[in-house]
Amino acid sequence: MTTTLTESEAVAIVREALATIAPGPALEALAVDEDLREALGLDSLDFLALVTRVSERTGRRIEEDDYDRLENLSGWAEMLTAMPPPA
Amino acid sequence: MPALGADMESGTVIEWLVSPGDVVRRGDIIAVVDTDKAAIDVECFESGVIERLLVAPGGTVAVGAPLAVIANDAAPDVVPVARPPVRAEAPPASAVRSAPAPPAVPVPGRVRSPLVRREAERAGLDLATVPGTGPGGAVTRADVRRAADHGRAITPYARRLAAERGLDLAALGSSGADGVIRARDVPPAAPPAVVSRSAPVGASRHATATLMARAAREIPHYYLTTEIDLGTALDWIKGRNRELPVANRLLPAAALLRASVLALRAVPELNGHWRDGGFVPGEGVQLGVAVSLRGGGLAVPVIRDAHELGVDALMARLLEVGTSARAGRLRSSEASGATATVTNLGELGVDTVSGVIHPPQVALIGFGAVRARPWAVGTDVLVRPVVTASLAADHRASDGAMGARLLHDLTRHLQRPEELR
Repeated sequence: MTTTLTESEAVAIVREALATIAPGPALEALAVDEDLREALGLDSLDFLALVTRVSERTGRRIEEDDYDRLENLSGWAEMLTAMPPPA
Repeated sequence: MPALGADMESGTVIEWLVSPGDVVRRGDIIAVVDTDKAAIDVECFESGVIERLLVAPGGTVAVGAPLAVIANDAAPDVVPVARPPVRAEAPPASAVRSAPAPPAVPVPGRVRSPLVRREAERAGLDLATVPGTGPGGAVTRADVRRAADHGRAITPYARRLAAERGLDLAALGSSGADGVIRARDVPPAAPPAVVSRSAPVGASRHATATLMARAAREIPHYYLTTEIDLGTALDWIKGRNRELPVANRLLPAAALLRASVLALRAVPELNGHWRDGGFVPGEGVQLGVAVSLRGGGLAVPVIRDAHELGVDALMARLLEVGTSARAGRLRSSEASGATATVTNLGELGVDTVSGVIHPPQVALIGFGAVRARPWAVGTDVLVRPVVTASLAADHRASDGAMGARLLHDLTRHLQRPEELR
């Protein structure tokens, strides 16, 4: 991923990562503004796995200070699209 | 048949991963056993050569019954079984058992078994072309299957998993040096399907119910709680995480576990088992960690020798056992033998846990959610991240003062996080 991500690319990447952690109907039905932890029953281990996978996939390091923004898919998309591509 | 959980009475062999003649080392995974709760990889207690398998796949035997005969030092030994699971490191890849290789020169074999004939017919194979590896060159069922799989060896359990998950066997590859396709090579299905395979909700619920009813019947619990300011510990974790690769980041849970382990070391009277009317102290801290399963249910994988692990190593093990527990695939050494348990229900947003001890253990440490709360420091009131730590302890084995010492020690470690390393 050496270019800036579009919103739909960002959402697709996060959904793909979630599919390896919490697959199922709840994920398929997930709306962009729904709280991920609540809707998918993620705990802190799951959330760390999600951050790890998205970081690996995009080559962008996600800091803990950003976690507050990452409660739903829109938050993820907003952050990922604003990040510069990795050097 | 090892006891793979408190109150386990019998187990069913799902699959053997070794055959007679294979060299095994202590700690190798040799079989997969189904318990009420999950399918568990059983590790070997001994090193030697597998002489005979005593229980066929599908066979159910009582805990304590021998599963196989292992020959070592020329003298055959029946695998001892009533022992606690072995603490073992994962064997190096080279120690992984060898599978019977098809003979180099295919010799058409004789067929005795009608079952084998039927199997060959179903697979559309000409039996005259199938090499036989059975007694006197007889073609066995395994030979037919190997031929049907184009010479690739697939363990029966892997075959079953692939069938249940609707996967094409031809598309699978082996992760082992011997080319054998094992259960771990079969890609996971969606977790709900995994749970219903290895741990039918009914059976798992039943196992938990039996254990908890016993705890309530036998253990005179007492409960203590204390509030802990986690500010210093969380700042310390944050600082470390800025320098660590994302995948190695620490979670607050790792600090809570590490502090619990140190406290259990400081108050050994709460780390161990109550057996036959007396307390038996644990050898080291074998830490049970309660993990809630997606789709309901509870697993309590065990982090072996947790007292030897610093906070980073503990974090890594927590990730590993959490993942295995959720996939319903624990090694036997991870499935039982805890000397104390920690439950972190704060994940679910509750403030305080008054837990039920897992017999024969004598203590359960619980953590609620970390929340910003008003906190008095001297004459000031500050807003600090606060967690309520609780202890449920067995009054037969300890008194309140002992329990208070444990919570006090736990608090002290969390306020000096550099000691958690």
